[in-house]
Amino acid sequence: KRYRKVDEEFFEELEEILIGADVGVHTVLDIIDELKDVARTRNIKDPQELRSAITEKLAEMLQKDDSENKLNLQADGMTVILFVGVNGVGKTTTIGKLAHQLKNDGKKVILAAGDTFRAGAIDQLEVWGERAGVDVIKHHEGADPAAVIYDSIQAAKSRKADVLLCDTAGRLQNKVNLMNELSKVKRVIEREIPGAPHEVLLVVDATTGQNAMNQAKTFGQSTDVTGLVLTKLDGTAKGGIVLAIRHELDIPVKFVGLGEKIDDLQEFDPEQFVYGLFAGTEEEEAE
Amino acid sequence: MAFEGLADRLQNTLQKIRGKGKVNEADVKEMMREVRLALLEADVNFKVVKDFVKKVSERAVGQEVLKSLTPGQQVVKVVNDELTALMGGEQSKIAVSNKPPTVIMMVGLQGAGKTTTTGKLANHLRKKQNRKPLLAAADIYRPAAIKQLETLGKQLDFPVFQMGDQVSPVKIAESAIAKAKEEHHDYVLIDTAGRLHIDETLMDELKQVKETAKPDEIFLVVDAMTGQDAVNVAESFNEALGITGVILTKLDGDTRGGAALSIKAVTGLPIKFVGLGEKMDALEAFHPDRMASRILGM
Ligand SMILES: Nc1nc2c(ncn2[C@@H]2O[C@H](COP(=O)(O)OP(=O)(O)OP(=O)(O)O)[C@@H](O)[C@H]2O)c(=O)[nH]1
Ligand SMILES: Nc1nc2c(ncn2[C@@H]2O[C@H](COP(=O)(O)OP(=O)(O)OP(=O)(O)O)[C@@H](O)[C@H]2O)c(=O)[nH]1
Ligand SMILES: [K+]
Ligand SMILES: [Mg+2]
Ligand SMILES: [Mg+2]
Repeated sequence: KRYRKVDEEFFEELEEILIGADVGVHTVLDIIDELKDVARTRNIKDPQELRSAITEKLAEMLQKDDSENKLNLQADGMTVILFVGVNGVGKTTTIGKLAHQLKNDGKKVILAAGDTFRAGAIDQLEVWGERAGVDVIKHHEGADPAAVIYDSIQAAKSRKADVLLCDTAGRLQNKVNLMNELSKVKRVIEREIPGAPHEVLLVVDATTGQNAMNQAKTFGQSTDVTGLVLTKLDGTAKGGIVLAIRHELDIPVKFVGLGEKIDDLQEFDPEQFVYGLFAGTEEEEAE
Repeated sequence: MAFEGLADRLQNTLQKIRGKGKVNEADVKEMMREVRLALLEADVNFKVVKDFVKKVSERAVGQEVLKSLTPGQQVVKVVNDELTALMGGEQSKIAVSNKPPTVIMMVGLQGAGKTTTTGKLANHLRKKQNRKPLLAAADIYRPAAIKQLETLGKQLDFPVFQMGDQVSPVKIAESAIAKAKEEHHDYVLIDTAGRLHIDETLMDELKQVKETAKPDEIFLVVDAMTGQDAVNVAESFNEALGITGVILTKLDGDTRGGAALSIKAVTGLPIKFVGLGEKMDALEAFHPDRMASRILGM
């Protein structure tokens, strides 16, 4: 049905859409409160008019200025980017895609096979290295990830690489030992290259619900996450939790993953993302 | 506030009511508001939450609850009972075909844990039932997927059947079953590539594998951290393939795991096992009562 009025029913519907998009009930309630204020102060009675106010508001929440979804690439010297996240979200795949993009931009890229734990992880990264046409530095399965990263930095330095992309094993944020291991990896990077890592990207699967907030909090505490990559947005999940993460922790989204192919990585576009939150609900309303 | 235990929250609500001497329907309504929040924070699908809250509210305003000395606890108990009932009984039995080999297909979204769970399930079948499974590598898409399964097979000392990544999964499944017959394996576990439920080409491929392999079980592997979309995914896979059971992975994390409830409520599919780690012994039978408490944060 189409709404003729901005009333309680309208806001209830909006609440359901946002909760259904995984935004999370607390953030949704905050958003609805603010929108009610907007409707009151601007005296908006027409749902269509409020709709554009909603889009505007949510896009603003996601991006405060235009530069924040850009990668912090160093003008001179090497840029080091560390990828972290829970199991199976798309870290290794995103590294392959980003390596391809950066190489196309004329950068010399090297990949560090810092996942020495998962079966087949090193081989998987090597396939991506081949696809992107970039070198991979690796040890054997079971090796110390900090040692792999250390060697990768030395190799990247001597080969005069522009960007080093570091893969890590997936880990659930409540595993204290594994989180400590990750902090250690980060300290190695900090020690070897002052100012690095220049980005710590937390990869979040759009299919994930409220747990992504815990992921952002805990990975944030142990590795100072600088941005998110939201993967698997090519499915029907909306990835609304990034709104809550931005709202509570102020971490911006930098990239979105839209498939399994090497070109399926895009810079985050807040308007398009918000449009996606409501996609599929418009038609229902129009019926 | 988020992820705070439901029991605590209901107690708090009750504290406010206490002064008033009696608990009435409005108070129950207020408590059910907390229940709704707890379920939503646990990622239970909002439509499932709506139905559930409605049903439980009816029971909760019943005399046995309102007249009791501890109405707060009673509401919690009603919610917990209903949730446990909804999630079904323990069902860790795996089908056995009377014409061996028994064929099991693993399906699901990308990164859910299919390959890892294939290894775990083989290990489980050997340990608990003294079976001798053959693992079939039918993921020809993900980089190094075959290598991943082979590594697990080697770790566990199970043979892995593969034909490289240039042969169709249908052919691989067919040949794996023939091989299993020849070598007297009683189970064949087919690992398939992760795919989106809306990817028609790849969903059709699974249907063809099913037609050829005639599996006795098709397990949908679901990440316990999944949010509101879990029901779409489960419904689509079930419609396309006729799923026989769900395996919930990564429950060793701190997710509430409301996806379990959503899937059970919407599809009726039994949840058979849960994955509790990356190691090959981290697979357990599903316990509905534990899951209910976890979703509620108790
Ligand atoms: N549809 C879709 N699939 C994706 C996307 N990104 C990654 N994948 C798939 O998700 C699965 C897991 O990706 P990986 O890159 O191995 O994830 P990971 O985080 O490195 O996993 P672990 O190292 O095991 O923790 C693979 O099947 C990928 O092809 C995406 O944007 N869309
Ligand atoms: N902590 C934890 N990790 C798990 C569990 N099950 C799987 N994993 C991890 O999740 C990640 C993905 O597992 P895979 O078995 O590769 O998933 P998949 O469904 O085969 O992935 P695709 O083939 O790419 O679709 C890996 O890092 C696994 O180690 C579990 O129960 N607990
Ligand atoms: K996942
Ligand atoms: Mg990886
Ligand atoms: Mg797999």
